[in-house]
Amino acid sequence: MAKDKPIVKVENLVKWFPVRLGFISTLLGQRLFVRAVDNISFEIKKAEIFGLAGESGSGKTTTGRLILRLIEPTKGRIWFEGREISRLKPKELKPLRRKMQIIFQDPYESLNPRMTIRAILEEPLNVQGVSREEIENRIYQVLEDVDLIPPEEFLLRYPHELSGGQRQRIGVARALILNPEFIVADEPVSMLDISIRAGILDLLLELRKKYKVSLLYITHDLALARHICDRLAIMYLGKIMEMGDMDEVVGKPMHPYTKALMAAVPVPDPTSARIEVVVKGEIPSPVNPPPGCRFHTRCPSYIGDVCRRKEPPLIEVNKGRWVACHLYSSSKKQ
Amino acid sequence: MHALEVKNLKTYYTTLSGDVKAVDGVSFNVEKGKATGLAGESGCGKTTIALSILRILPSGGRIVDGEVIFQGIDLTKLNEDEMRREIRWKGISIVFQGAMNALNPVYSVGDQIVEAITTHEPEVGKREALERAMKLLELVGIEPSRVNNYPHEFSGGMRQRAMIAMALACNPTVLIADEPSTALDVIVAAQVLKLLKELKEKLGLGMILITHDLSIIAELCEFTAIMYAGKIAEYGDVFTVFKEPLHPYTQGLINAFPNIRLPRSRIASIPGFPPDLLRPPSGCRFHPRCSYAMDICKVEEPEFLHLGKGHYVACHLVSKK
Repeated sequence: MAKDKPIVKVENLVKWFPVRLGFISTLLGQRLFVRAVDNISFEIKKAEIFGLAGESGSGKTTTGRLILRLIEPTKGRIWFEGREISRLKPKELKPLRRKMQIIFQDPYESLNPRMTIRAILEEPLNVQGVSREEIENRIYQVLEDVDLIPPEEFLLRYPHELSGGQRQRIGVARALILNPEFIVADEPVSMLDISIRAGILDLLLELRKKYKVSLLYITHDLALARHICDRLAIMYLGKIMEMGDMDEVVGKPMHPYTKALMAAVPVPDPTSARIEVVVKGEIPSPVNPPPGCRFHTRCPSYIGDVCRRKEPPLIEVNKGRWVACHLYSSSKKQ
Repeated sequence: MHALEVKNLKTYYTTLSGDVKAVDGVSFNVEKGKATGLAGESGCGKTTIALSILRILPSGGRIVDGEVIFQGIDLTKLNEDEMRREIRWKGISIVFQGAMNALNPVYSVGDQIVEAITTHEPEVGKREALERAMKLLELVGIEPSRVNNYPHEFSGGMRQRAMIAMALACNPTVLIADEPSTALDVIVAAQVLKLLKELKEKLGLGMILITHDLSIIAELCEFTAIMYAGKIAEYGDVFTVFKEPLHPYTQGLINAFPNIRLPRSRIASIPGFPPDLLRPPSGCRFHPRCSYAMDICKVEEPEFLHLGKGHYVACHLVSKK
């Protein structure tokens, strides 16, 4: 992987969504926030597939949308190709939109049922003012790229005439059509049947190789993430708990939360080790996250007051391996 | 004796464009204290089997042929009243997919379990039913004192547990779980799977587990039937089916599943997509996607062949030998 400067960089990114309260509470000046993303920093390198995993409500999708500037960050900075974009105005963002795209989770909901495949693929090109001739070329090229061959056969069809896998290929094609540098793939295969998931993942890997496009791959499925990602960050309640090389994080998890996640993933082999439930309860509300380490309420390796009082910083324990846990930060001090 | 026996079941849905053969000649057994997993992609007929067993098919759906033997009785021959009074809940109950959203938000969880008990066992008093509801909650790992809580006071995982408790309210001997952990987060899903496994062993339940996820079958089941387009492609105990799969579709599905505990390896997709059951392919229904397809596969449907030790395969590659 190219080790040059990152294509995307976020620093101390924060997104709090206000909670709508009743009239009286508002009068009393009460305000509550869902802390969807709470101070995270990471980088995505050129042509890298960076995975973001965690349970629902951990802030992974919000992070993806923040980077694309689909929603406004509360605090923090976002760089794209070395340029800070966190405060750009909509007009200034438009040329950038061409370079950053998104693939949505649900191929049944994310394609307009009244538009033909041609219209769906043409729209972004029209918005960006691409010439007629170029449009034609691009559409054929991109359909070939996503293995919908021959392209003519698909151009005049409507989404309902395609299978789930083919629709998601259209989703990928739409993201690709402007030749982006960076794509956010938000659970791109979770709605698809098992037998076709691998096909879409292989397609993403192939496109990365061909076009050097970088991906932020958002998922809750660690086993599939393993197949496609180079690096992985594990999120919990708006924070990154652990981050590092994919095989290392999955192979030798350090954070108790990552360990718990790994132990809970079932394996398609009746002779292998069974799942273990080392963690009780469920993810707490992000409106009032636990103080100190956010995982301390469920942590099987709770080491005492420090976990409750002090928030562990995300520190680099080995080269490229980051963990936010007092188990590691205290050992470092000694 | 088997807890449940399904023999050559055929269930079709009538549509304007003709019959959809959702389940087309399916046979399998469920043993006491053991789980049989029905695995397959969406539209392969797994849920229709469950609805056929309980005879709760939506309008347009009908059982065309076959038998469902439960405690010596063929359920397909019973009338609606007998099904409702004797079989559903008391004999066989079901936890539906996304069941945690099926609780009524304006009644407390306890009231809903009590209702299930008193409807099916009118001789049981309110008070006794409430006590049973509390015991059931305890059984599924919920603090019994929360019996008067409303569904919104429960988390997703607890609601799923409450639905499992409700399914057990009238002491059924067979439990059908349709994608019991699909909408849950990894850790909560693991908790629910563990609970189902414990209940199966503790109560000696015969279980039918419907899922698209082979790893859940490997985790929970003793037997599995791999379904494709309304038919069973391969059936046997999990060790045989996972370790020595003979049907190319089973092999394809297993290869499509990544194993997180093993070194990274290629996962393979199966080319094409599941067929339209209005016009299923001729011969073996899997032949258009099968890389071993021979001429005979296009014309003749493979027999569901017993290879010994309860291992069945429907594939010409096997029957030719």
